Amino acid sequence: MDFLQFILTLDSTLRLSTVLLLACLAGLFSERSGIVDIGLEGKMLISAFVAAAIAYETGSVWMGLAAGMLASLIFAMIHGVASIIYRGDQIISGVALNFLASGLTVVVGDALYRQGGQTPTLAGSARFSEITLPFADALRDVPILGPIYSELISGHKPLVYVAFLAVPLVWWVLFRTRFGLRLRAVGENPSSVDTAGVSVVGMRFKALLITGLLCGIAGAYLSTSQAAGFGKEMTAGRGYIALAALIFAKWRPLHAMGACLLFGLLEAVSNLYPNIDVFGLFTIPVQFTQTLPYILTVIILGGFIGRAMPPNAIGQPYVKER
Amino acid sequence: MTLMTKFLGASAALALSAGAALADPAIIFDLGGKFDKSFNESAHNGAQRWAEETGESYNEFEIQSDAQREQAIRRFAENGNNPVVMAGFSWATPLAEAAGDYPDTKFVIIDGVVEAENVQSVLFAEEQGSYLVGMMAAMASESGTVGFIGGMDIPLIRNFACGYAQGVKAVNEDAEVIANMTGTTPAAWNDPVKGSELTRAQISQGADVVYAAAGGTGVGVLQTAADEGILSIGVDSNQNYLHPGQVLTSMMKRVDNVVYQSFMTGEDIETGGLRIMTLDNGGVGYALDENNAELVTDEMKAAVDEAAAAIAAGEISVHNYNSDESCPVMSF
Repeated sequence: MDFLQFILTLDSTLRLSTVLLLACLAGLFSERSGIVDIGLEGKMLISAFVAAAIAYETGSVWMGLAAGMLASLIFAMIHGVASIIYRGDQIISGVALNFLASGLTVVVGDALYRQGGQTPTLAGSARFSEITLPFADALRDVPILGPIYSELISGHKPLVYVAFLAVPLVWWVLFRTRFGLRLRAVGENPSSVDTAGVSVVGMRFKALLITGLLCGIAGAYLSTSQAAGFGKEMTAGRGYIALAALIFAKWRPLHAMGACLLFGLLEAVSNLYPNIDVFGLFTIPVQFTQTLPYILTVIILGGFIGRAMPPNAIGQPYVKER
Repeated sequence: MTLMTKFLGASAALALSAGAALADPAIIFDLGGKFDKSFNESAHNGAQRWAEETGESYNEFEIQSDAQREQAIRRFAENGNNPVVMAGFSWATPLAEAAGDYPDTKFVIIDGVVEAENVQSVLFAEEQGSYLVGMMAAMASESGTVGFIGGMDIPLIRNFACGYAQGVKAVNEDAEVIANMTGTTPAAWNDPVKGSELTRAQISQGADVVYAAAGGTGVGVLQTAADEGILSIGVDSNQNYLHPGQVLTSMMKRVDNVVYQSFMTGEDIETGGLRIMTLDNGGVGYALDENNAELVTDEMKAAVDEAAAAIAAGEISVHNYNSDESCPVMSF
């Protein structure tokens, strides 16, 4: 494997990690506030569909992105109403939203475009195009650093940068602001937050609001950035992988980036080198590389590498004492 | 309780009236859905063509999960539909279960084999059509590296890959064929994002023509190939129109003809045997239309047509992956 090939593998890793990272950060807010969010998949799916449809209708990808975020937000709020206000089971609410998104996108899409749930192909300004950072072409021939800058860092679509810039921001919000402190406290011990005069319900809704917006970006990234249009079930389980990454990262933002990059790298490697020959001794089949994210998550959950401790009050609806 | 009884009574009455429907033919699509721009869409087009020409109607169903398969077959059979056509290899197991219970209904299964008195099994010589488009890929390629992206990793798709690789090697012995499969579950038929990423991976390894045999995933392959300025090859339906001037050709698998003919023959359809659709009887082929006319040179066309005639005459034999689960020119 030469150097350029190595850079291209990492380049592919960034593209593949982006959607996982956005969904993972979305899940981070929700779960840190004590709401299990198995509905990441559904929120991404509805956003992917709405973003593609609106981008196609208006011809503007930014309108599509905004609409996708709004759709995902509405789903997050339904989840909130069911699980915070009515104290329903959070898993059931999330699964229901996944099913709703899966069915709704295909039915509405088919009614609108008669293409079996697909949206028409997006072209031109209805899709995100790649951003070439300044000097990328000029620096291309510089050894080592040139390819790193011009291939790896430059030439991605805007939402890739958004996702990675969101990581330090999320870290800062979570660990350096009053909002973040309260958010974490709500997930660990909601009654103490309540005693301090902060509304648990309000905090949890705010967390779900951010979850909805981030999931919306993730979904729009799939349909308007990575692909050119919506296809049914196009999230293909990425919401669940993001959830696995969240557990793998032990609910911390910087670790989440690491986990998503690792999962993205494994996918990129399995795409580029289906069967890896190890010094002619044996081959690692592609299926093994593809399963590795799940195996790693199980190992982490089993407590073999450190301990994955979820927020204390996760999954429990808060009942105010009277 | 009385309300419940009423409901039950009402639904029973509905079921009875539904059972009295006419002997319309029926088609059941596979998981990709009837508008996958590929395999299922081809089947759908055949059914539509029959309906338009005869002015009659047919019943159809798109399954949403594997669990619905046997239920769908039984429902159509009990409904009196005849013949019942199903598109996709995954129907073989449920059909083998159900066929015996409906001796008066004729079933047609495309891409699968079921040994029963009332079932006609239709197979396509995918390796022959893929061989032809493989030749075209090798002739159009400047880098000497071409790609193949399959959907779910199953023998059927490996047969596509194997035929393709043989065609490539027939033109250029030294050409390299990179093959990727999207996945090992049925979700692999519907993942355009993964298809897109696999295409980028192949481009980074030097491929300048990619052949997608991946159902709905292929939409992403063709899109990325067009974005990155390389050529692609579609599958099953004629997909040349998706990106005019950027899709080299499409390997046509005339599923539409099979559905059309089955519907035309109706209840008199010959069952209990195997029907193989080859280059010789027009079952497979490559697509040439105004969208790819500029891409296909006269030289290319002459070479491919010559090979097609030779295959039909039995002078060239294209290895079928399914015959021995291996491929002489590539390993999986």
